[in-house]
Amino acid sequence: MPQLVIEDFAPQIVWLVITFGLLYLTLARGALPRIATVLEQRRDKIADDLDDAARLKQEAEDALKDYEAALADARGKALEIAAQTRATLTADVERHTESLQQALDARMAEAEERIAATKAEAMKSVRSVASDAAAAIIGKLLGDTADGDTVTSAVDAELRAG
Amino acid sequence: MPAGGCCHPAATESESARETVLAADQHDPFSHSPMEQFEIQRYIPMDLAGFDVSFTNSSLFMVIATGLIVLFLTMGMRHRAMIPGRLQSVVELSYEFVANMMRDTVGPEGQKFFPFVFTLFMFVLFCNMIGMVPYTFTVTSHIIVTFALALAIFIGVTILGFIKHGVGYLRLFVPHGVPAALLPLIVVIEVISYLSRPISLSVRLFANMMAGHTMLKVFGGFIVMLGIWGGWLPLAFSVAFVGLEVLVAFLQAYVFAVLTCIYLNDALHLH
Repeated sequence: MPQLVIEDFAPQIVWLVITFGLLYLTLARGALPRIATVLEQRRDKIADDLDDAARLKQEAEDALKDYEAALADARGKALEIAAQTRATLTADVERHTESLQQALDARMAEAEERIAATKAEAMKSVRSVASDAAAAIIGKLLGDTADGDTVTSAVDAELRAG
Repeated sequence: MPAGGCCHPAATESESARETVLAADQHDPFSHSPMEQFEIQRYIPMDLAGFDVSFTNSSLFMVIATGLIVLFLTMGMRHRAMIPGRLQSVVELSYEFVANMMRDTVGPEGQKFFPFVFTLFMFVLFCNMIGMVPYTFTVTSHIIVTFALALAIFIGVTILGFIKHGVGYLRLFVPHGVPAALLPLIVVIEVISYLSRPISLSVRLFANMMAGHTMLKVFGGFIVMLGIWGGWLPLAFSVAFVGLEVLVAFLQAYVFAVLTCIYLNDALHLH
């Protein structure tokens, strides 16, 4: 078995010590700290980026809150303005309606007065026409001219009864 | 045959016969023992103050492994990119892998020993993986290499334990909640198990690597021996076994590093 040749032990141990020692020194002094630095830088960068992201998220959330507050404010104001406008308009309408009503009432009263006057006039005309007609009828029927006053009082009596 | 040649027919005959023998020798699967791949060859024989420090095939592959690790790490971190490329991802992955392993087994106090464990893991991993390439030499298939590593870890951890806890480190051998009557026996068992750590650690890695490579060699021999008709079965087995061996190569490097972490943990925090 070549592994048990005692004469071969010394060179293997010597070269193991040389190569392993050199490798250890190279890695411990040079290569490993370099890798550690890179890894650390990356960890720091990632942590920084995460912090930034958290900060930006916070800012975005704040902005959203502000926006929502502004929106609610604007909506409140809009409602208020709408209510005000509605009230003003309603008042306007009411005022107009009232004045119109008054005008209409006045015109109606006037019209009624005129109707009453016309009616009275008409009644008066009816009386004289009726009296004349009655007197004419009486004259034709009786061949005699009737006394005007009598006819008139008779017509009056009839009108009152009718 | 050049004109005026002096070659005797007999000589030519014997020469060609030797060539035939050589050719047969090269094609005979059993001309090479499966253990031949583990032989140490001295490329540059050297001697320093009575010690044999020859540059061998083992040394060559230790140097190659070391070079590849350094190349891998420096090429990977060449750009030091914030967003890593493919190679940098692999480098960072290996770093994080060992770092997580240490964090899980040793805790934050083990940070000081991270470079050592990382070096150990990478060295064993690269030696194992390079050994999977045909015609290479597997450094970790030699007990002396794994034992030297394990013994260094064992001695280092023991010294660390005594520095950290003084004589109190011996409490490691006295588990809690053991009846007084059993204590002598338990302490003896604990001491033996502690002392056998370097052996179990080194033999596990060495035996795994040696067994795997020997098996591959033996089945490779079967392929050649059974030829085009019967060789498919061992070939299929060899292909599957190479996959398993790659897994073993990684797993043994991991186990070696994890056990080192566990020993470190014992030395740092007495249980």
